[in-house]
Amino acid sequence: MLKSSGIAQKSDWEAKLPDVNRRKSGPYVVIECYQKIPCNPCEGACPNKAVTIGEDINTIPCVEYGRCNGCGICISRCPGLAIFVVDEGFCPGFGKILIPWEYLPLPTKGSVVAGVGRDGKELCPAEVVEVRIAKNQDRTAVIGLKVPLDFVNQVRGIKLGGEENGR
Amino acid sequence: MVETQLLVVGGGPAGLAAASAAASLGIEVLLADEGLKLGGQLVKQTHKFFGSREHHAGVRGIDIPNLLLENQDKVNIMSNTTIIGCYEDGVLTAVTGEDQYFKIKPQRVVFATGASEKFLSFPGNDLPGVYGAGAVQTLMNQYGVVPGKRVLMIGAGNIGIIVSYQLLQAGIHVAAVVEAAPNIGAYLVHASKLARAGVPILTRHTIVEAKGTDSVQSAVIAQLDEKWQVIPGTEKELEVDVVCLAVGLSPVLDLLSQIGCRRKYIPELGGDVPFRDKQLKTSIDWIYVAGDTAGVEEASAAMVEGRLAGAAAAAQLGADSTEAGKIIASCQASLDSLRRGPVGAKIRAGIAKLEGGCCKCLNHQA
Ligand SMILES: Cc1cc2nc3c(=O)[nH]c(=O)nc-3n(C[C@H](O)[C@H](O)[C@H](O)COP(=O)(O)OP(=O)(O)OC[C@H]3O[C@@H](n4cnc5c(N)ncnc54)[C@H](O)[C@@H]3O)c2cc1C
Ligand code: SF4
Ligand code: SF4
Repeated sequence: MLKSSGIAQKSDWEAKLPDVNRRKSGPYVVIECYQKIPCNPCEGACPNKAVTIGEDINTIPCVEYGRCNGCGICISRCPGLAIFVVDEGFCPGFGKILIPWEYLPLPTKGSVVAGVGRDGKELCPAEVVEVRIAKNQDRTAVIGLKVPLDFVNQVRGIKLGGEENGR
Repeated sequence: MVETQLLVVGGGPAGLAAASAAASLGIEVLLADEGLKLGGQLVKQTHKFFGSREHHAGVRGIDIPNLLLENQDKVNIMSNTTIIGCYEDGVLTAVTGEDQYFKIKPQRVVFATGASEKFLSFPGNDLPGVYGAGAVQTLMNQYGVVPGKRVLMIGAGNIGIIVSYQLLQAGIHVAAVVEAAPNIGAYLVHASKLARAGVPILTRHTIVEAKGTDSVQSAVIAQLDEKWQVIPGTEKELEVDVVCLAVGLSPVLDLLSQIGCRRKYIPELGGDVPFRDKQLKTSIDWIYVAGDTAGVEEASAAMVEGRLAGAAAAAQLGADSTEAGKIIASCQASLDSLRRGPVGAKIRAGIAKLEGGCCKCLNHQA
């Protein structure tokens, strides 16, 4: 299904999450990169050396969750825009997710947009709580979204003002 | 007549890397490219590149040529210059601009002329509004012109998926991506990017017809069965004004054919490809190939092949053989590592066919 539609299924992405204890103990990275491709920028991006690919560049990235503090630096470095950060302890009932974003206009902090799933379908309202666009991100913004806890691992994109195609 | 030790034809990633490697070994290099700006395919690629960090992965394609040009002051660059002929006496003919014709006599040549797009036959494919993906990228990313309002993309390989993403970034609606094969050919991370923007990727589908009076007004798509035949009754008409074809590339071999380089049909490498040895020398002693011309692959491999061919040609021209040997060996190792994974399987199979077949074609073919 992932191979024929580009949409990761629950069994695909669940396998990428850390264990429950780690999920409760602070923000964590989720690397939704499922295929052996010759690519490795994520490995060099992490200042805490939490991501390993190793000598064979075709290896799927592996996360050592003990080292990841959820800083989100790796997000804008991945050419596949496949890296997200999830914080399940943001505030009661809500989590925060960080997603990569390469469309204009950028959403504005404080606005409420539609959170969409891996298939682009609207799931829930998402409040924009952070917009990072530092020079070293090279034009890939990182957007912080406040979403209901149930949706922290479902929402992976946004729609601004209900327009089509994620814009 | 312009004389030089090494002529590099084409200033994409392969040509730039070849020129830079040879120049670093003390060889006098002339690089000719028909474009106004060096970089080949890279000047249209606004996305961050895949590949290994040593080959500038994570950097946007448009920014890579500058990195490759960094220590290139020793290379004599002629842009806006097309090589138009290649003759047995070792002379090549060239034209700068529209009418400045001249001859070049190099001791060695590296052809890094890239690849050209394949086309697809279907009723209506001659209507205005049917574009190749390369043309859409040139219009959009080089000249800032949108090709239309609603696009149907044909082909879910890396190019089809990436160009669809760039269309969305330009604010254009992509109605769907159709792909005849059962699976997406592009890297799945790219496909997922498109999926979460709500663009349906329809595998086992094809375009049946483009309709319109003066230009494309709609396109009919349909589902395919296991034997790649249209399943009657599954036809759907989409309202689009652009049909964009991204159905593969094949190496540009005009000049290599003119001079009679041996070649072989290898679908895994994009069609007809020139025979070459492990140092990228063709069947003609003074001609090397690198990059998509040698077999359609990607930019990391093109850069490594360029370095390899540049160093091999330099060694033949009398450059320090230990230094050249080091570059050659490290490039061969990098190529092996890039191609080691499952997505490299096709390339590996293609190269095995080419190398396995070379004795046969050397013995039995003119
Ligand atoms: C949409 C798209 C996305 C891509 N994404 C990636 C990616 O993410 N990562 C990756 O690694 N690769 C990617 N690639 C592939 C990569 O761009 C190519 O594999 C690479 O550019 C090949 O390099 P090259 O030097 O062989 O050829 P090219 O880049 O095509 O350069 C050939 C050059 O030769 C010149 N030329 C041709 N004929 C002549 C002549 N007779 N005289 C003078 N000059 C001539 C042309 O003008 C051109 O400048 C992508 C390609 C496309 C189309
Ligand atoms: S979120 Fe920060 S610590 Fe975690 S993997 Fe990414 S860069 Fe490393
Ligand atoms: S940089 Fe992104 S696409 Fe490349 S291997 Fe890492 S996670 Fe996968």
